[in-house]
Amino acid sequence: MTTAALSQPQPRRRPRHWGTYAVWIVMFLMAIVFLMPVYVMVANGLKDAQSVSLQRMWLPPAQLSTDNGFAGAWQRLQPNMMNSLLMVIPATILSSLIGAINGYLFAKWKFRGSDIVFTLMLFGFFIPYQSVLLPLVRTLQILGVYGTIPGLVLVHVIYGIPITTLIFRNYFAGVPTELMDAARVDGAGLITTFTRVMLPLSIPAFVVVGIFQFTNIWNDFLFGVTVVPNPAAQPVTIALNNLSGTFSVEWNVVMAGAVLAALPTAIIYILLGRFFIRGILAGSVKG
Amino acid sequence: MTATTDSAALRARPLDRRRWHLSEQAQTILLLLPSILALAVFIYVFISFTFWVSLSNWRTLKIDLTLREPLFATYAEMFAMARWQADLRNTFVFTIFFIAFAVTLGLTLAILLDRHLAGHNVFRNIFLFPYALSFVVTGVVWRWIFNPETGLNLLFEVLGINYLLTQAGMAPLKPGWITDPTVVAEVNGILAAVLPGVDAWQVKWGIPLAMIPVAIAATWQLSGFVMALYVGGMATISDEVREAARIDGASEFQVYRKVIIPMLRPVTISVVVILLHVSLKIFDLVYTMAGVGPGFATDVPAIFVFEQMFKATRYNLGSAAAIIMLVLVALVIVPYLASTLREDS
Repeated sequence: MTTAALSQPQPRRRPRHWGTYAVWIVMFLMAIVFLMPVYVMVANGLKDAQSVSLQRMWLPPAQLSTDNGFAGAWQRLQPNMMNSLLMVIPATILSSLIGAINGYLFAKWKFRGSDIVFTLMLFGFFIPYQSVLLPLVRTLQILGVYGTIPGLVLVHVIYGIPITTLIFRNYFAGVPTELMDAARVDGAGLITTFTRVMLPLSIPAFVVVGIFQFTNIWNDFLFGVTVVPNPAAQPVTIALNNLSGTFSVEWNVVMAGAVLAALPTAIIYILLGRFFIRGILAGSVKG
Repeated sequence: MTATTDSAALRARPLDRRRWHLSEQAQTILLLLPSILALAVFIYVFISFTFWVSLSNWRTLKIDLTLREPLFATYAEMFAMARWQADLRNTFVFTIFFIAFAVTLGLTLAILLDRHLAGHNVFRNIFLFPYALSFVVTGVVWRWIFNPETGLNLLFEVLGINYLLTQAGMAPLKPGWITDPTVVAEVNGILAAVLPGVDAWQVKWGIPLAMIPVAIAATWQLSGFVMALYVGGMATISDEVREAARIDGASEFQVYRKVIIPMLRPVTISVVVILLHVSLKIFDLVYTMAGVGPGFATDVPAIFVFEQMFKATRYNLGSAAAIIMLVLVALVIVPYLASTLREDS
């Protein structure tokens, strides 16, 4: 169907004929398929305990009561949502700042072997973290932050360095060096050039990196589940998985919980989608 | 002060008022040092430690770093385990289905969007939306959609598909999805004819059917990401290129097949490398959606590591599996990073 539609020769300002409609209909059907799980989450989350059932999964809620799944999910997940926020905000800010300085240095102050050092750092973004978990847990225990939110912040900041450095490095590489030269003629050093010239220019990069890191860290599961064994201190992704594995809990609560856990990143995506896409392109190494 | 003979410093800061300063190269390295040291420890030292543990006798709560005899005995033990053999098979099958689905769908969506029809921005945002969600959210929802008692099977029932099938004398469509232990297209017999040692395999090498729903859920989450990379790539191809191809008499389909898609080769390489490393590491999605599955039908190396290390305290076994995961990812990533490095310099 798509190939038939595409085989119609199309001038740039193309008249509307059946090929155009066919493409539009295909996109429309795809959009329905893509939104189907979102519908399942929201519709079942809004049902109350009596009306949620396997047989009525695809039906919208019959009536809206205050006794819906969201009330139960919020009550159970609210402390973990808080944990996630306390983890993601400092970790995003710190890893963005470190990435900005590193990226500036790697882009504008290349030294012998700097590209190799950078590549060795970047490798850390791709490794399966399973290969560092055991010594990581021991180290956090020695540092006294095992099982705590500050421990998770430390983990996310360190393992975030490679990707934040990469995105800032690519961004600063695109800033003309002439801008730096002007400041340097005025006597600005390496750090002053960064704070006076580069930092004010880098707001868009901070937005991109900030969204990228916020999404990654909020959505993390592996570090949360291995570094924090105490359920009360765990981030929301782990709490959602625990909730979903409990048989006594109704499906409406699980689905509402999924919506709650998805909400912060979904809101950011809806409000700042443009920067989100830029982050994807910047984060894919070659861009 | 200003009359320094160091030409680099002279060029760098002709109006420096300070009496003493570090060279800027030294400042650069000093500023980078905390990051470099942190990553040297948290990546390379930690990996070395895990590798050592994989060679050691440590498999109780009590730490024991003495080397196990013979060297690599834990690896030999692991590769003889039915569960690990199933994990390797499952990762292989998942990778193939997931990458085939996600690249095909992502490229198709990008081509559809490339026509810039009314509302294409809305469609793009819908297709990319799942990428903003956690794998855990995806797993929790798709686990219900692929629940044999409801979800898609209920939809087949309600839409009358099963009624039509039974009327036509066929079996109703009621797959077990993630609960199906069946392995189809078994190749042990064929492989045994070519490879020695296949007789010792404890699992059927074929397609575990339960892995396909997991690949579909992963595709839902990541095909929008693939689409975004292709859309980014297509934006760099000027309209003149398409016009030239059209003037040469290419149909719209040929413009993409013969001109655009070949020009997007670097994007395709990035896409495949990124998806490969995602699929080799996949953990949260499978863990929340299907778990280890019936007869390890949906078990993957990442779950194996997690359970050996954090549930069974068989640290050497879990570490050996983690090192194999690292090697598999490195086989994909190291050539990719090396080529990036070469292009830069």
